[in-house]
Amino acid sequence: MSPEQNHAAGGDATAQYCTFKVDHLLIGIEVWRVQEVIRHQPMTHVPLAPKEVRGLINLRGQIVTAIDVRQWLGLPGRSDGASSMNVVLRLNDEAISLLVDEAGEVVEPAADTHEGVPSTASGQIRTMFSGTYKLDGALLLVLDTESVTRISGENGAGAAHSATRRAS
Amino acid sequence: MNDDAMNEIVQEFLVETNENLDQLDQDLVALESDPTSRELLGSVFRTIHTVKGTTGFLGFGLLEGLSHAAENLLSDLRDGRLGLTKERTDVLLEVVDAIRALLSAIEATGAEDDRDLSGLIARINVLQQDAEPVVAEAAHAEPVVAGAAHAEPVVAGAAHAEPHRSAGERSVRVDVDLLDSMMSQVGELVLARNQVSAHVEMIDNLALHQTVQRLSMIVSELQEGVMKTRMQPVEQLWSKLPRVIRDLAAQFDKLVSLEMEGGETELDRSLLEAVKDPLTHLVRNAIDHAIEQPDARIAAGKPATGTLALRASHEGGQVVLEVADDGAGIDPAKIAAKALERGLVSKGELDSMSEREVVDLIFRAGFSTAQSVTNVSGRGVGMDVVRTNVERIGGTVDLSSTPGTGTTFRIKIPLTLAIIPALLVGCREQRYAIPQANLLEMVQLRSDGASSDIERIGGALVYRLRGKLLPLVRLDETLGFAPLAADEQPEAVSIVVLQADGLLLGVAVDEVFGTEEIVVKPLGRHVKQVPLFAGATILGDGGVALILDVIGLAAAARVEEVTAGLALSSDLADDEDRSLERSTFVLLRVGRDRRVAVPLKAVARLEEAPASSVEQAGNGRVLQYRGDLLPLVALSEILDTACEDAPVEADGVPASIPVVVYSDGERHLGLVASEILDIVEGVFEVRPVGAGPGILGSTVVHGHVTDVLDVDAAFALAGKEPERVA
Repeated sequence: MSPEQNHAAGGDATAQYCTFKVDHLLIGIEVWRVQEVIRHQPMTHVPLAPKEVRGLINLRGQIVTAIDVRQWLGLPGRSDGASSMNVVLRLNDEAISLLVDEAGEVVEPAADTHEGVPSTASGQIRTMFSGTYKLDGALLLVLDTESVTRISGENGAGAAHSATRRAS
Repeated sequence: MNDDAMNEIVQEFLVETNENLDQLDQDLVALESDPTSRELLGSVFRTIHTVKGTTGFLGFGLLEGLSHAAENLLSDLRDGRLGLTKERTDVLLEVVDAIRALLSAIEATGAEDDRDLSGLIARINVLQQDAEPVVAEAAHAEPVVAGAAHAEPVVAGAAHAEPHRSAGERSVRVDVDLLDSMMSQVGELVLARNQVSAHVEMIDNLALHQTVQRLSMIVSELQEGVMKTRMQPVEQLWSKLPRVIRDLAAQFDKLVSLEMEGGETELDRSLLEAVKDPLTHLVRNAIDHAIEQPDARIAAGKPATGTLALRASHEGGQVVLEVADDGAGIDPAKIAAKALERGLVSKGELDSMSEREVVDLIFRAGFSTAQSVTNVSGRGVGMDVVRTNVERIGGTVDLSSTPGTGTTFRIKIPLTLAIIPALLVGCREQRYAIPQANLLEMVQLRSDGASSDIERIGGALVYRLRGKLLPLVRLDETLGFAPLAADEQPEAVSIVVLQADGLLLGVAVDEVFGTEEIVVKPLGRHVKQVPLFAGATILGDGGVALILDVIGLAAAARVEEVTAGLALSSDLADDEDRSLERSTFVLLRVGRDRRVAVPLKAVARLEEAPASSVEQAGNGRVLQYRGDLLPLVALSEILDTACEDAPVEADGVPASIPVVVYSDGERHLGLVASEILDIVEGVFEVRPVGAGPGILGSTVVHGHVTDVLDVDAAFALAGKEPERVA
């Protein structure tokens, strides 16, 4: 059974999320989507690619595109020397790495804390996240992993910034 | 017997029978030209006989009945009781088609469909009855003889076994997926080997070095071996064509004979698969459009039977597949008219196009020369799709055609795609791989000397390589990097000369590292959108390098149009007739809006000279040029143009002046213009409009009326015979 089928069969009753910090945001990705989390890797820059594409990494012989989540959200870049982590997702037979600031723990939020993305959030935010969970002292933004495949370099950078503050 | 075992037998039967049917098609078509060949008849008989036997065993009643009827007819044919007529060939080919249809039904559903074959079987039987008078008494050789014949194949098989059939005993069937996965594993092994070799370089241990070297050798041999297992002869691709050609020729009432040459040439099976459709399309086109009706051919003084030649050969690490016909050829005028009608080009563009460029228009999307949609060529698959399909696998298609004599299409494709030798180059601290198949040569220039060999025409860079202008792109610029400050310029510039799609292109890079065998890996969806990259690879040190797509590079630099002409000019020089019609000009602006074209032929160099280096000498002006004095002629004087910005005038001069340097080897002369605009090539009709001293006449370039300079007369007029510069 593929992860997708598995996921569908299991339903949404008790979803588990890997959590990651990007700037001031706490982002959650469904556990079954995450292939692995690895430390920063040497990267090959890809000229002319969409600006969200940070580069290519060699993951045990497989070439994986790394997407900088800060750039994608329109957030300011990491300060020099700040470390980043690769969250490798498996999406439709392709591995894609999301560059985040740091990896957190796996959470299993109560279903009744689930809410949609605030309608006041920018269009960019609403296309990226499928919902939110109110955790103790933090708001978990659930990433719609399919939206990763829609990155084309044309997102309004910066537009996300103010909206995300409102959301958190 | 359980279901699995049964399924396996059915699968094997399907694979084997399909192969045999391809052979049958060929044999039957071959039989038409050699109707009495017992060897061919024996081969056909054996195939049908095998089908009959196996289908009976597997319980496919329809197949068995059909092949039984066909076998009876074949038995009579083989034994000479009947002669092979066109009707009999037709019905046998029909049998092959029917068997094929039944096989695909079995493949899809596991059982025969309920088609009615009684009509076909009845016709076979009728054709078997009406035997020729000579052998009439033998015509009643039915079941008994046919039954007896069953024993014969063994003898016949032994006597006439063709070499490639008996080879079956020494080979095994391997699933294609398994071969593919082996290939990719060997690719990984090559990568790992490269990485080990890179690491070992730093370790001082002789035994280790020797072991690694041995490992490296074995890996190379293994790689070669696995690659060979995927190689298949081009013949395989061609095997279906005799039948296609026979049917098409019959449909169009044309006579076509097929010649095949080099069928043993081998090619990676994935590539073979990829060129199948383009090749079939070219063959269909040749019969539909190129080869004329027999009476038209005779009227043109050609044999009634047209010839279609398929040729395959190796050429420098590539495979060349040719489809040549001796048909009507491609008439550029017709192509031009059609392209104009379809709105693919403007009248102006057409005028500046060479004949070859016009003919190349058939590769444009939306072009189809079919007068009406036939069920052969007019299926919405145009030549543009042929070209796209071939280029997708790193190949090229071009064509040469002589009206009245024929057309030849040449498809060039790499041997394999999985592992390719590539040149690694550096640009802005990063490495890129260029497939070596595209590489012609490398030139290294020191930065200080480079500027004089690299020139800018309009917005485009060119490099003068052995007297020819080569369009040039700077890799860093093309990749979108900001230009470097003067003090950051690398000491040397390397120019990599590439060829793709019939055009030459120079790419200036910072560094050249050398060659490495690379495994081409696909790019993710986000990076795939960049047309400059064909893939990526992992290098010996574990780093990732992008593979440059040469056609994408050329397109990005928009050099195609300029280059098509430049690349061609060398070919055309050999061709007296056409060089008369075609010419290449440097396009200049003189004064505010006067345009002048000067022939490129004698141009040695295009310079931007600092105005301060122009000096008065005697009654003329000269330029200090490479340690010599270059006599200057201002075009504005020849043209008698009131020239507000005449560059050689003393006051308010621009800092530099564009100079076209003419040379015939010993003598040099500089023509001063206001601006060097472009280089154009094409057929330019020079009209005597505006002709006068120093001006041959005028023509239209890019929609502008342009004076054509008579260089010699202009020199004479200016009273400056080109002077000798020591």
